[in-house]
Amino acid sequence: MYEGPVQDLIDELGRLPGIGPKSAQRLAFHILKVETVDAERLARAITEVKARVHFCRVCWNVAEGDLCRICKDTRRDPSLVCVVEEPRDLVAIERTQEFRGRYHVLGGAISPIEGIGPDDLRIRELLSRLEPDAIREVILATNPNIEGEATAMYLARLLNPLGVRVTRIASGLPVGGDLEYADEVTLGRAFAGRREMPV
Amino acid sequence: MNLYREQGVVLRTWKLGEADRIVVLLTQGEGKVRAVAKGVRKTKSRFGGRLEPFSHVDLSLYRGRELDIVTQAEVITPFRALREDYDRVVAGTAMLEAVDQVAQEREAAIRLYLLLVRALRALDGGPRDPSVVLDAFLLKLMALEGYRPALAECAGCGARGQPRCFSIARGGGLCERCRTGQESTLDAATMPLLAALLGDDLDTTATAEPAPASRREAGALVKGYVEYHLDRRLRAYPLVAR
Ligand SMILES: [Zn+2]
Ligand SMILES: [Zn+2]
Repeated sequence: MYEGPVQDLIDELGRLPGIGPKSAQRLAFHILKVETVDAERLARAITEVKARVHFCRVCWNVAEGDLCRICKDTRRDPSLVCVVEEPRDLVAIERTQEFRGRYHVLGGAISPIEGIGPDDLRIRELLSRLEPDAIREVILATNPNIEGEATAMYLARLLNPLGVRVTRIASGLPVGGDLEYADEVTLGRAFAGRREMPV
Repeated sequence: MNLYREQGVVLRTWKLGEADRIVVLLTQGEGKVRAVAKGVRKTKSRFGGRLEPFSHVDLSLYRGRELDIVTQAEVITPFRALREDYDRVVAGTAMLEAVDQVAQEREAAIRLYLLLVRALRALDGGPRDPSVVLDAFLLKLMALEGYRPALAECAGCGARGQPRCFSIARGGGLCERCRTGQESTLDAATMPLLAALLGDDLDTTATAEPAPASRREAGALVKGYVEYHLDRRLRAYPLVAR
């Protein structure tokens, strides 16, 4: 235990994900050592992010102000919507530079074992976008694990009768990997998702 | 010998650190096992999809003090049709959740293991109504755990003859003399349905399509019965389509 403010800082840092008591102590003493301006910049960044960053009212991505930068960008096709679980998945897809449409962030995935069902996600908000945005295609980019697949299956069943094209990102072998090391589930999926070779 | 082999079904998984996963399994010989699968979340991991919930696998494990370590996993049954259908995934998850609650660590669980594998096979095979297979599974699970509900006799006095009302707390149907008046009278088809779900084998249940009224009543009783006697809330059960 340390003097008041030092212990307060250790306690606060210890609340962050992945930070144990030892790491919290190490970080706290690092902050004590750095220049005051550097520590103040960190404090300001935390205050600013809470004050200025919100969720986009259309797609629920993180946003400065009302709309996120993707929903503000008029060059992006609003009739093409890619559904992801979390904002960090959106960032990963943006890095590919393959996608020119817009997004919808669900805020998680259906997880029956945790009691998380469709009503706990932003699915109603997705449905309310179909008509005004004249959405033609919904691309399901939830994680290829049990929760992400369940979410994709649920959404496909919900959206298909509404006359929207529903697609799922392909899953299969990792680029640069070896076929012989692939597990049966992944290899089976890769087979099911095979496509014509362009010639 | 610290290395052992077991057949098991993955019940659930937890993330551990950056790339690892804790896998909770039901095995034949060791009951519930909690093991670490190292590097499993990396795309180049050999384990990949083999250690996801529902995976029925042949495993090699190192015995550890708190957690074992998975060294090898080979798929026995992929349950692919089950995994590719939303209603079956939700019903199957409710099965895994219930097994996770009753299974004991380091205690052979051959009958429980066989019941779970048969129920997952029944779901995989394309049942008429996955929620009916789930209810049958839960009743059989309760019987296995020592909570067989009285369905063809009175749970109070043992009088033969199918009762028309059900008391969750007293463990089954009650005859006209034993009922307190708190128990509502059931649809005529509900008690026979519960008896069939408990008594029939799961393949027979997979082809059953009971009438909606008794189906709903039976479902509510099964949920209440399991939650009361295991003293746990079933999280996945309410998400099962009915
Ligand atoms: Zn947006
Ligand atoms: Zn009686």
